[in-house]
Amino acid sequence: MAELTHGDDHGHGGHDAHGAYGHDAHGHDHKPGFVQRWLFSTNHKDIGTLYLIFAVIGGTLGGTLSEIMRAQLQFPNNHIVTSGQEWNTIITSHGLLMIFFSVMPALIGGFGNWFIPLMIGAPDMAFPRLNNISFWLLPPAFLLICIGLFMGESGSGWTLYPPLSNQNFEPGMGMDCTLFALHLAGASSILGAMNFITTIFNMRAPGMTLHKMPLFVWSELVTAFLLVLSIPVLAGAITMLICDRNFGTAFFDPSGGGDPVLFQHLFWFFGHPEVYIMILPGFGIISHVISTFSKKPIFGYLGMVYAMVAIGVVGFVVWAHHMYMSGIDVDTRAYFMGATLVIAVPTGVKIFSWIATMWGGSIRFDTPMLWAIGFLFVFTLGGVTGVVCANAGIDEVIHNTYYIVAHFHYVLSLGAVFSIFCGFYYWIGKMSGHPYPEFWGRVHFWMTFVGVNLVFFPQHFLGLAGMPRRYPDYPDAFAGWNYVSSMGAYLSGAAFLVFLYVCFKTFTSKEHVADNYWGEGATTLEWTQTSPPAFHTWLELPRIK
Amino acid sequence: MQLPKRRFAVWCLTVISPLLGLASHPALAQVPRPWEMDMQPAFSPMKQAIIDLHNLVLVLITIITLFVGALLAWVCIRYNEKRNPVPSQTSHHTGLEIAWSVIPVLILVVMAIPSFRLIYYLDRTPDPDMTIKVTGHQWYWEYSYPDNGNVDVESRYIPDEDLKPGQLRLLDVDNQLVIPVGKKIRILTTSADVIHAFFVPSLGSQRYAIPGRTIELWLEADKPGVYYGECNQICGQNHSKMPIAVHAVTDAEFKTWIEQAKKAAGASPSGQHNMVAAAERTDPGDIQR
Repeated sequence: MAELTHGDDHGHGGHDAHGAYGHDAHGHDHKPGFVQRWLFSTNHKDIGTLYLIFAVIGGTLGGTLSEIMRAQLQFPNNHIVTSGQEWNTIITSHGLLMIFFSVMPALIGGFGNWFIPLMIGAPDMAFPRLNNISFWLLPPAFLLICIGLFMGESGSGWTLYPPLSNQNFEPGMGMDCTLFALHLAGASSILGAMNFITTIFNMRAPGMTLHKMPLFVWSELVTAFLLVLSIPVLAGAITMLICDRNFGTAFFDPSGGGDPVLFQHLFWFFGHPEVYIMILPGFGIISHVISTFSKKPIFGYLGMVYAMVAIGVVGFVVWAHHMYMSGIDVDTRAYFMGATLVIAVPTGVKIFSWIATMWGGSIRFDTPMLWAIGFLFVFTLGGVTGVVCANAGIDEVIHNTYYIVAHFHYVLSLGAVFSIFCGFYYWIGKMSGHPYPEFWGRVHFWMTFVGVNLVFFPQHFLGLAGMPRRYPDYPDAFAGWNYVSSMGAYLSGAAFLVFLYVCFKTFTSKEHVADNYWGEGATTLEWTQTSPPAFHTWLELPRIK
Repeated sequence: MQLPKRRFAVWCLTVISPLLGLASHPALAQVPRPWEMDMQPAFSPMKQAIIDLHNLVLVLITIITLFVGALLAWVCIRYNEKRNPVPSQTSHHTGLEIAWSVIPVLILVVMAIPSFRLIYYLDRTPDPDMTIKVTGHQWYWEYSYPDNGNVDVESRYIPDEDLKPGQLRLLDVDNQLVIPVGKKIRILTTSADVIHAFFVPSLGSQRYAIPGRTIELWLEADKPGVYYGECNQICGQNHSKMPIAVHAVTDAEFKTWIEQAKKAAGASPSGQHNMVAAAERTDPGDIQR
């Protein structure tokens, strides 16, 4: 086996191999001191924990911004946010924080790091120290975003389009801080993705062929490829923008021979795979949870694998459906529309396979399963509105309106976030050793489900009626549904507080859970480890039949 | 505590009074309506085509969503632990897997055929009767009539304190985009600074206004009236304060208006800012950003 981590200062000598699965059943492993353990970690579980805590912090700030936004939009002619520039900065930061500092750290850095090695029978990631660097690039990036936010100088939207993001129109250091933050976060993701690919390809336990690999690991593998291929393009676009802003180049400035639409192509070549990056790990988690709580294997395993691969591959050739209104040629629009509609097919295969998994099963409705079933419904809703948006003709009246906002929040704020909470409730016992309070878990689910549907469903109406996005104020006719949406936001905010309470109750609980506290339906390798697992696991490799 | 109460009262009036018919709007002004759940009605052939396709797509996606919802409800009811204590272990059914791959493809084809036709229909103005150049500025629109003596109009929103009774906050402007009714107008959009977007929902027209680029857009209004729209691409501080008001008038009225505009242009030395110009600009900070 490859040489292990250096963070552990006491050798494991001969006392680590117990039984067929080789885990330290009684925690005799010596954990390093605090600084060594948390600042210089080379342990995939600890790094996963760091990412998860970071994701909660990012999500809290991003969510607070969204509460401010909905408070501003609750009534027309409101003055909670006093200037348009301030508003533009808030919405930009909200988007960037939620994407790069909440959803991605949770799904990829958090659950990915925790469970990929456990599920494939590997003692750690292929590059444990690189893993740590990946995490520690994020806090400085977060700080830089905060600088941009508090200086009020990042008012371009998360999409960063020049010329608005250029030197002339967004002068000041804040915008450059935001761009540099994305460089750091992007580097973090690329390094992490390299680590995941190497680990998954090279460190699976004997007998675990790719076609026996759990679906969550598959989802992270496809996600890692998407990251490695798309983030460098974002990095290129951002670098060109930084050069335009600071070094007198004119990549995107027509007065110097450049083209603003070039930025859009580069950005969305990254941006579209990015949205699949955010949802694919969620698909993996949902597969595990549905299988566990239906006590059935996933229906059509190969179909599920190749649906994810197809979504990943096709996701790279549909980017300009974000650019239908930018003056691209009609034949180009026709192609991108057709290609985008194609993605509905593998996605539909997944939804039907999940339902077929439940069919004939013996379903228990514990909290993780509530989130998974909720996911199936809201993701279907978000997916079908995506079909509407894909239509370039219809897009002529819904582009940049609240219909788009409703669509992507349904698949992200409802889809991806539901899958994160699903993974939390499924795995928190394994990670912490303590059970979550089932009652409060259900309260969290139902409050969130009602709340987020109240926020985003009426936004379809607002969009169809023509309300533009990124507006701090709107014509009076849009007041009604905006009020309803804001009420939903307050309910969702309260639900998040319930989640924090659930975390508190879990971590202070005196109860301990078993190795496999979900029973016969939980069949992947992490359930053979203790809860929580030993500091070092799989020091003796399992053999998969 | 005065301000929130007053705002709430204004909100009540705004939401309820139209329902009681108390709001007064200019004759046939196409505005969004309170609690609107659907697209704004069509006043152009393009919008009508878009509404027709959307109605088809909406039926399809509603059926699909209800179908998935029904399946979910059924599995939860029929296959819960109590009613089905022994789970089956079936994980394959080739026929089903083929069906749920092929049937969605067929549904997509049904949707795609009219979709492709629509984008080719909307792409260019067929046999345009006139051309109007629309330039986006931070934060107003400039409308130029190259076919009509280069008349040039600057269109700004009316600040709250200057609103007259019956005027719509954030929608009414000082100088409207006047077009002849029933004529096919070729709009050419561009921008003088950042990217804006020219968007009139009830006429089914939207395109970005990008500096260094000219984009063609078809605009047409079937009936006389005022059709409102808004800037639809984030463009800085006052992105929400640069609305669009398209005023479709009869041919005769249009000719009269053009003549008056040309005369006014002749009168002013620059020949450019023939209408009310930059008087409303207040905060110098607005100009910078």
